[in-house]
Amino acid sequence: MNMPFYVPPEQVMKDRADYAQKGIARGRSLVAAEFSEGIVLCAENPSRNLRKISEIYDRIGFAGVGRYNEYDQLRIAGIRHADTKGYNYSRDDVDSQTLANQYAQMLGQIFTHEMKPLEVEILVAEVGFIADNDRLFHIRYDGSVTDEDDFVALGGDAEAILERLGTNSMKSANLQECIKTLVAALAGPDRELPPEQLEVAVIDRLDDGRCFRRIENGEIATLLG
Amino acid sequence: MLAYMSLPIFSTSEDPGPSLPNLLKKLGMGPSYDAVNSSGSGELDITHGTTVVAARYDGGVVMAGDRRATSGNLISYRTMQKVFPADKWSGVAIAGAAGPAIEMVRMFQLQLEHYEKVEGNSLSLEGKANQLSQMVRAHLPAAMQGMVVVPLFAGYDRRRAKGRLFAYDVTGGRYEEGEYMASGSGSLHAKTVIKLGRRNATTKDDVVNLLIKALFNAADDDSATGGPDSMRGIYPIVATISAEGYVQLEEEDIAARFEDVIAELTLDEEEIK
Repeated sequence: MNMPFYVPPEQVMKDRADYAQKGIARGRSLVAAEFSEGIVLCAENPSRNLRKISEIYDRIGFAGVGRYNEYDQLRIAGIRHADTKGYNYSRDDVDSQTLANQYAQMLGQIFTHEMKPLEVEILVAEVGFIADNDRLFHIRYDGSVTDEDDFVALGGDAEAILERLGTNSMKSANLQECIKTLVAALAGPDRELPPEQLEVAVIDRLDDGRCFRRIENGEIATLLG
Repeated sequence: MLAYMSLPIFSTSEDPGPSLPNLLKKLGMGPSYDAVNSSGSGELDITHGTTVVAARYDGGVVMAGDRRATSGNLISYRTMQKVFPADKWSGVAIAGAAGPAIEMVRMFQLQLEHYEKVEGNSLSLEGKANQLSQMVRAHLPAAMQGMVVVPLFAGYDRRRAKGRLFAYDVTGGRYEEGEYMASGSGSLHAKTVIKLGRRNATTKDDVVNLLIKALFNAADDDSATGGPDSMRGIYPIVATISAEGYVQLEEEDIAARFEDVIAELTLDEEEIK
């Protein structure tokens, strides 16, 4: 029997991280920001059917970048988690923090114990009843979570996008201003993104009920002017 | 592929798909009435909800239900809701054992929402009607023990641009009704009123008035059906479902319509004298 070669754990983790990052960088990026009436999620996505952004619960939205089948599986798991929790307790008891922790646990577990890490980065966004309680949880392939303020970018171009957004908060901007800024940051200086290349959704700060809504092509075109 | 770690993830062969009841069953959380089977005679005085009615008009469907719940000969609840939105484009009305009926409505509402979120599209109206049929069928063992639930389902079929109406029996049998339907203890009286009056009721407004008259007469002749209670300000719930979606009528509007019915009946009595 052959003895396996010794590979230092640092190397194993680095290889896995490189593998996941490469996979994520192949896909297109996504940004989300808090604005005066809620949270906008905006992705570069030429497909009308393979969605990156979706509704999880009344006030919670989900977005993923990377490998579609992997983040879609996480999306459905999130909906199942939220719906069963809401069924067992009450709609008020479903929160983004628990969900983000669950995702982090799972991604971390897979990163260290499975053959292959998931090639995804995901966002769990929750709109509060007041702006101070808005939440943006950014969860990476290795299970690390960051609780972002103002805005967040996911995907291979995340750093460049964040640089373009700078330090300007959009918390007091209206929907149109916010979407314009996000789309410009997503596109960069050298190109323009037409509405057909975009997937946009809003989680509105409503008093109750389901706050998530998609913004369709026609409306995006109007908003981008 | 992945172990279950409180985020519900399943292997492809175990996946419950977009069905919430199947998901809850897999997780061991679904509602169960198994204990009922061992309870002997089953002659408890279970709280019952009574009369609900629904009728179609040109642009949609109207649903209405009284507010009374009874246990045996006692009124156990005066403000029970029996007409609910199932989702934006459909409504469900329930008659029968109140506890399981409300649970069924809740599960049905959650299932429609769950499907919509998982699949990215909502179910067709017929798909929704069939889902409810499965839930009624699954409830049959409890119905055999006396906890009968018989819902009505109505909605606006956006593909066919018309209102549609479905009735059920205890076995989950699903029957699409062309014009009108009623369920519950006062349904016989209510149906007669609708049958006699429907020829003259074409607009939404007419149909709302007709259903209100039907409920009034059901309450008049059936002790388990609650009439308008002006002393406490409790009135039946009436909702319309059309291209604009599910809309519940304002209480003042319903109160005024009941007053009209009463005024009309009082006039008839005076004529007889």
